[in-house]
Amino acid sequence: MSSSERIAFKNPLINWIDERLPVFSLMQREYGQFPTPRNFNYLWNFGAIAMVMLVVMIVTGIFLAMYYTPQKNMAFDSVERIMRDVNWGWMIRYIHMNGASLFFMAVYIHIFRGLYYGSYKKPRELLWIIGVVILILMMATAFMGYVLPWGQMSYWGATVITNLFSAIPVFGTGIVHWLWGGFTVNNPTLNRFFSLHYLLPFVIVGVVVLHVAALHISGSNNPLGVEPKTAKDTVPFHPYYTSKDGFGVAVFLTLYAALVFFAPNFLGSPNNYIPANPMSTPADIVPEWYFLPFYAILRSFTITVAIPFTHVVLMSSKLGGVILMFSSILMLFLLPWLDTSPVRSARFRPVYRVFFWFLVVDCFVLGWVGANKPEGAFILIGQIATAWYFVQFLAVMPLLGIFEKTLPLPKSISEAVLKKA
Amino acid sequence: MTPSSTTTEDDEDPSRRDFLVLTAGAMGAVGACCAAYPLIDSMNPAADVLALSTTDVDLAALKPGGSMTVTWQGKPIFIRYRTQKEIDESRAVPMSALKDPETDDERVAQSVFDGKEMPQWLIMIGICTHLGCIPLGQKPTDPHGNYDGWFCPCHGSQYDSAGRIRQGPAPKNLYIPPYEFTDATHITIGKTAGKKAA
Repeated sequence: MSSSERIAFKNPLINWIDERLPVFSLMQREYGQFPTPRNFNYLWNFGAIAMVMLVVMIVTGIFLAMYYTPQKNMAFDSVERIMRDVNWGWMIRYIHMNGASLFFMAVYIHIFRGLYYGSYKKPRELLWIIGVVILILMMATAFMGYVLPWGQMSYWGATVITNLFSAIPVFGTGIVHWLWGGFTVNNPTLNRFFSLHYLLPFVIVGVVVLHVAALHISGSNNPLGVEPKTAKDTVPFHPYYTSKDGFGVAVFLTLYAALVFFAPNFLGSPNNYIPANPMSTPADIVPEWYFLPFYAILRSFTITVAIPFTHVVLMSSKLGGVILMFSSILMLFLLPWLDTSPVRSARFRPVYRVFFWFLVVDCFVLGWVGANKPEGAFILIGQIATAWYFVQFLAVMPLLGIFEKTLPLPKSISEAVLKKA
Repeated sequence: MTPSSTTTEDDEDPSRRDFLVLTAGAMGAVGACCAAYPLIDSMNPAADVLALSTTDVDLAALKPGGSMTVTWQGKPIFIRYRTQKEIDESRAVPMSALKDPETDDERVAQSVFDGKEMPQWLIMIGICTHLGCIPLGQKPTDPHGNYDGWFCPCHGSQYDSAGRIRQGPAPKNLYIPPYEFTDATHITIGKTAGKKAA
């Protein structure tokens, strides 16, 4: 960035700083003038909403860390002290607790937007991949954060999920003991989860910077999936999308506030208000709602793969479930190459559109299965829903790209917008 | 209200945009303050810390010449049942000899119950006003300095039998906390005559 391209600012102080470190020029270029497709719908708000949620979580989290004690005998009580004695502690805690749920809600909607409109396709493959990295970091952060209050669900959720790694052949048990820092989930586990829970959000911030940088190279996708061709197709980000995002954030924050102030424990498990008891497992261990579909996939693998007529186990159902669960997330990395269609947006893909909604319903079914005990009809339904999830990504998407008859694309965004008017 | 969504109308009417930007900015600033206030207030002493802001002490066990140390708001409090000799010594000191002039009566002004003054009860915060060490002198075997009071081992400050600085680097007399006699042998530290300490 040579200084000859830089336009001087009127304010002398701002100009002095910008000459030496062009942060103001950067903001002007990337968030002021940045040409953005003029036909965004409200689904495009969720990236900005997710950013706001990240900041809210970090700020509330830093203040909570001032009052929280990461030691097994004091953790639960320190959280209760926050709720009862610390000024506004109840509010900061509830904001942080429900913020996690809303952060995931925003990110899931953001992801489904990408799935519908083909935002993962060339040239945005790396943007998508970086996004999946952010999702994984969020899941790790949320999992560790949930352990910190050291309630029954904290403890047993930690035990169940860290035990997954014992499914790894040969090294599994060693890895789990290394993770735990002991022979069960105990104080060392709590301490290191607190350290990592404080660290990962800042790693997420760094990856989000990469995510936005990658976006600014390719430019945003839009509901038509047709790239902007002329200046008529775009508007400057400010004031159009600063105001639209501002409005969207305000609506989102209203929903958030309704949850925090009127139903702060609605999304949580009452079991977590019972201090952790390593000698007594609760009757139903469920993760938070945003992990339920993955939980269902984990539990769906019920057969043992062995060499016939012998007792030699090649893959236990435990290992199978773990592989399936991790695959369900890792498969997202391959999506730009699994979907072979040259058409981006589902607006012009009538068959894909139907399958998209199948996937949405499938995810809700998986979530519902995950919330229930794995017995009776839930087992079969969970298995069908899991199978469908993989069939959708590994078979339907590649084949659709080859065989689907797509609708004709508009020549440009402005043409499509004007035709409608 | 005429609809004005085209850019040309906004260009011709800059004061409307200025007004909107200013008011939106002001609302944003108010919102930011509202958001910041609970976070910052959360760092103030919490309810359980405030609950420890008064301490009740029973003085019945002390005899003349006896001392005890209690804790109030995390600080050591020196309580001394002074002998008449100590009281007289203290009253005899001229104000010109003091770095921080205070009469003995001023030092024990809160030691009163039912209209009766009890100058034998000296109650002070046991933190040297120099750099914060705890002076020696509560135990009979401790050094008392040259003024029959307390001696700070860190930098040599010496306090007299009313806790006033007489020699050494400390700038002020040992501070007197707010306290109140609830009866002849019981005090509540942190409260003065019906009012709670700040």
